[in-house]
Amino acid sequence: MWKKFYAWLDERIGLDSLYKATLDRPEPKGNWWNTLGSASLFLFLLQGATGIFLAIYYTPSPDHAYDSIQYIMTGVQFGWLIRGIHHWGSSLMVLVVFIHMVRVFVTASYKYPRELTWLIGIGLLLMTVGMGFTGYLLPWNQKAFWATTVGTQIAGSVPFIGDFILKALRGGTDLSALTLQRFFAAHIWILPALLVALIGVHLFLIIKHGESQFPEKED
Amino acid sequence: MPGSHHISRRDFVKLTTAAVGTVIGAVFGIPAVGYLISPALRAGSKDAWVPIGKLEDMPIGEPFPFSFTRTQVNGWERTATNYGGFVLRKSEDPNDILILSSRCTHLACQVNWHADTRSYVCPCHDAAFDIEGNVLDGPPPRPLDVYDEFQLDEAGNLLIHIKGG
Repeated sequence: MWKKFYAWLDERIGLDSLYKATLDRPEPKGNWWNTLGSASLFLFLLQGATGIFLAIYYTPSPDHAYDSIQYIMTGVQFGWLIRGIHHWGSSLMVLVVFIHMVRVFVTASYKYPRELTWLIGIGLLLMTVGMGFTGYLLPWNQKAFWATTVGTQIAGSVPFIGDFILKALRGGTDLSALTLQRFFAAHIWILPALLVALIGVHLFLIIKHGESQFPEKED
Repeated sequence: MPGSHHISRRDFVKLTTAAVGTVIGAVFGIPAVGYLISPALRAGSKDAWVPIGKLEDMPIGEPFPFSFTRTQVNGWERTATNYGGFVLRKSEDPNDILILSSRCTHLACQVNWHADTRSYVCPCHDAAFDIEGNVLDGPPPRPLDVYDEFQLDEAGNLLIHIKGG
């Protein structure tokens, strides 16, 4: 019964070839440094899952943002755990993504034909940092408020267009409800959508090229 | 090897993967479900005994007005609701009391006691109730609501039982 069902699906989707391409592909000799990309992907999925859970109780309004997080921490069962994983996972993700980039650089894996994978990876790194920056404001406590004040001011120090960038980031001249709302939108919609799209291309290219061999002594 | 107690390497890996996977699934799954349904598990009882004043301060034969505010907390949101009413002591007997809500049964305005006409008058549509809360005049569909559960504590405070919102 199950075999017939699987055969029916496989005939139409090509599950076997998908499996071969993604999980059964040939790999160079194992090396733990090669697992950092998968670790980044796992952390992204973990952040996504815990983030969706946080969105059930979080309110992006200056009146309620802080209170809603207090409620998550003290009023909701396992709220402290979900938020704790999201909080620490964000730092860990920036770290792992960065070490992943250093590994690719040191082993020269960015060279032909993988230049595009590298460039997209740069985009993914920047967006990961962007997720950290936008997420930092959401608790709406003193640290979040002033860190974002400083961060947007730094962006505003760009010559000529700095003032415009600052206003665009803040949604006005001051840090306000508009800032919180647009950081929230960026954090849960815009950046994740871009991340998912670019991760898809990144993975497609990795599967297409296969993983790079570590350079030998002679190389 | 059928009949043998030895388990093949492949089967062993399958089994341990399934076991470890189940444990990990439970470790993540149980908190996740608890997190989602946690507000539904809270005992949502709004019942309370509220003190409305000392019985000795309340005159006999004349309505004694009282009011209080109850704050309800839903998550991070607090809602304050005002309640008001009148205590009418009919005799010296501490149980011979009629406690009326001041909420007009028409459209929930607050009625006031008018001593000159011996009636509760609603400012919104001129509805009038007698001292027992029965409708004398105007649009209300039924008499004023009665707080029928009350008790006295040792200090002589009169408490009424609030049910629901």
